[in-house]
Amino acid sequence: MTGRVVALVANPTRAVYAALLATLAIGWALVAFDGGTFTLNDLVGIQQRSAALGIVAVGQTLAILAGSLDLSVAYLISLVSLVAAETMAGQSSNILTAVVVALGVSALVGLVNGVVITKLKVHAFIATLGVALVIRGVLDHLYDGPAGRVPVDFQQLGYSRIGPVPVAAILWAAVAVGVWFLLRRTRFGNRVYAVGGDVEVARLSGVRTDRVVIAAHVLCSLCAGVAGLLLASRLGAGAPTVGTDGGYDLESIAAVVLGGTALAGGRGGVAGTVGGVLLLAVLDSVFNQLEVNSFFKDVVRGVVIVVAVAVYARRTGRRAS
Amino acid sequence: MEDINQKPAESAQVILRMTGIGKSFLGIRVLRGIDLSATAGEVHAVVGENGAGKSTLMKILAGVHQPDEGTVEIGGTTRAFAHPVEAQRAGVAIIYQEFNLLPERSVADNVFLGREPTRRGLLDRAAMDAATSRLLDELDEHSFGPRDLVKDLSVAQQQVVEIVKALSVDARIVVMDEPTAALAEHEVDLLYRLIRRLQARGIAVLYISHRLREVFDLADRVTVLKDGAHVATVAAGDVTVAELVKMMVGRELDAYFPPRAAEPAAGEVRLTLAQAGNAKLDGIDLELRAGEIVGVAGLQGSGRSSLAKAIFGAEPFTRGEMTPVRPASVREGVAAGIGLVTEDRKAEGLALNQPVRDNALLVARAIGHRSRAAVSDLLRRVQLSPPREETEVKYLSGGNQQKVVLAKWLTVAPRVLLFDEPTRGVDVGAKAAIHDLMRELADSGTAILVISSELPELIGMSDRIVVLRDGRVAGHLPAGATEEAVMALAAADEAAA
Ligand SMILES: Nc1ncnc2c1ncn2[C@@H]1O[C@H](COP(=O)(O)OP(=O)(O)OP(=O)(O)O)[C@@H](O)[C@H]1O
Ligand SMILES: [Mg+2]
Repeated sequence: MTGRVVALVANPTRAVYAALLATLAIGWALVAFDGGTFTLNDLVGIQQRSAALGIVAVGQTLAILAGSLDLSVAYLISLVSLVAAETMAGQSSNILTAVVVALGVSALVGLVNGVVITKLKVHAFIATLGVALVIRGVLDHLYDGPAGRVPVDFQQLGYSRIGPVPVAAILWAAVAVGVWFLLRRTRFGNRVYAVGGDVEVARLSGVRTDRVVIAAHVLCSLCAGVAGLLLASRLGAGAPTVGTDGGYDLESIAAVVLGGTALAGGRGGVAGTVGGVLLLAVLDSVFNQLEVNSFFKDVVRGVVIVVAVAVYARRTGRRAS
Repeated sequence: MEDINQKPAESAQVILRMTGIGKSFLGIRVLRGIDLSATAGEVHAVVGENGAGKSTLMKILAGVHQPDEGTVEIGGTTRAFAHPVEAQRAGVAIIYQEFNLLPERSVADNVFLGREPTRRGLLDRAAMDAATSRLLDELDEHSFGPRDLVKDLSVAQQQVVEIVKALSVDARIVVMDEPTAALAEHEVDLLYRLIRRLQARGIAVLYISHRLREVFDLADRVTVLKDGAHVATVAAGDVTVAELVKMMVGRELDAYFPPRAAEPAAGEVRLTLAQAGNAKLDGIDLELRAGEIVGVAGLQGSGRSSLAKAIFGAEPFTRGEMTPVRPASVREGVAAGIGLVTEDRKAEGLALNQPVRDNALLVARAIGHRSRAAVSDLLRRVQLSPPREETEVKYLSGGNQQKVVLAKWLTVAPRVLLFDEPTRGVDVGAKAAIHDLMRELADSGTAILVISSELPELIGMSDRIVVLRDGRVAGHLPAGATEEAVMALAAADEAAA
């Protein structure tokens, strides 16, 4: 029995899903005990809420696996929501242009992140923080509240469902599967792991490491861009604080790490990240149902993340010796 | 013994010609005016002391560093590689001196990193696995497969992976920078055979080693570097070992080991093991006395390094007795006056990003030793050259790193000092110096245990030899035992089976 538990925890991806199921069960029991019910609707709500964070976190996984990280996603999300909403200006005919422009802006930001990190050799933490501040400056200067208008057609993305499944969740699943495929089945994915594992080894083996890091950042920013579009469709407009209010920068990193991806890079994957996002979302829902105060909520989330990483570290520590 | 660098055998086709190569790091000149050429099917050895610039020259050939001056010609065309991948495409494969694998990835992933085969745009893992298996078969290596993770392999197996990785490149020039440093005897034989096969295919092999026996076994020509300059290029058949050593070191060097202690077993007992064991060792009885050097022999995986780590407290004994103390951790081991010069210096012996000085003082500081032995003195004792205290250890040549590990322990004068492969990657001159140092330490009362895969060294240095087999003591031999006697004990069950 203990052997099985150890085996379970030995694989972070499995561990996070085990924790997810356990949380669901305990949460369901607690809520029932409290006199409430936890329904299919709540589960759907969870997916609805996690979709934006999930998409950002999948992109963040790429950056972290490549040995980098991206602190600029939150401001980028705000920027994208505004760019998209303003370009659409309430007209359905503008949707395509708006999406293209929004994703173009995202890719550009990712490119800047990647180039600053690889060519100017600035540590990812500082480079992406710098880019985040630049975007914030632009936002502060140009906007002091929501702007632009999203046509009703585009709002479908945020609210409509196919059967019981929200379109947003489908979008999230598509992004996750796409990135999973990229990591598992392509050269690029293989090299992301290599570069994150040891840049020097990758370089000496003939990998053009700069390109890999830049591409990972472009993809990470594109994911943030998609999340920005999703949030704009929900709000019906662009908002300069939508990204930061959601705490998408640190929260996405937390979800990735909770999913068992090593912050140093080179180990982990998308499956774990999806589990990490869901776990955070389920915790949230349970606390909401129980009407726990938000201070306690944060404490528990913090503890969960630290404990998870400590458990993974024990595993790798033991392996190495 | 004329210099034949500029006129290789006329019939052979020159595939590599490096001319007037110069290179500086941070204003310090490490190479100047180096010429090196290689012809198809030739094994060309490059020798020289630690820090002479051998690896740097090879890294220039491999596109890792760009030369400040000079040209590299491959197959008659001048090439300037800006990135290792360009050298790879031009047909240069290299086995680096340093560990160059990703521990978290599979063997096949490592072998094909940077050159992954694809099918319809997707990774072709089946092809990678198949090709890796084929190469492993060719090397007669069946102890692991393409799907195993590199971190689960032994050092020797990892070295095989590095070799496979170089072979998987369709190369015209193969560089081997101390490929045998981590290999056991029979694996060295395999490597020899492999090199012969490469030769037969018309590939030029550049071979770097501090083991001159290998150089004479394999090489057609030998190039000697000293302090970043070209000393000579000679046909291997035209020089003697002594002449070659003189060119490398700049002085004559006697080939003898320091004399043994007159009355070795007379010293007080420093450490006793009685039926000691753990996961990898069983029923070990051993006594170490002040003033003696005890050699530990055995095949790869026989438990030699485990024994050293257990005594030191890094992988503690869980059974049996060890007196005066049985350390349960490294801290306790160090506190009990036990030191270990580890086999894997990068991972276990050094803080690579710190300067030489701090590394040398690492142990002294850890146990709060106050007596500040002058670092410069220590570095002179281990013959670090050049003795720059401020250089970060990661920039030192492989052999010089080993010397810093030694210096680290000399600061605290341990009562028992364990050496695991102390001269791996160390040049001939420094090797002799380390041998002298070990004997000196023994004479001044330290009990010494030494592990070495180089049997001549082990036999030459030891006052007595303990042979391990499968984690148990297979037998004891007196000073001056023959290599055959040692091997017979070490491999007894293989012969019986
Ligand atoms: N990246 C670097 N930065 C600074 N100095 C360096 C760097 N690489 C090598 N050096 C220096 O260049 C000199 C030559 O080193 P190199 O590694 O080529 O020696 P080597 O002949 O291979 O020695 P060994 O036999 O010990 O491997 C050394 O003094 C080393 O400290
Ligand atoms: Mg070297």
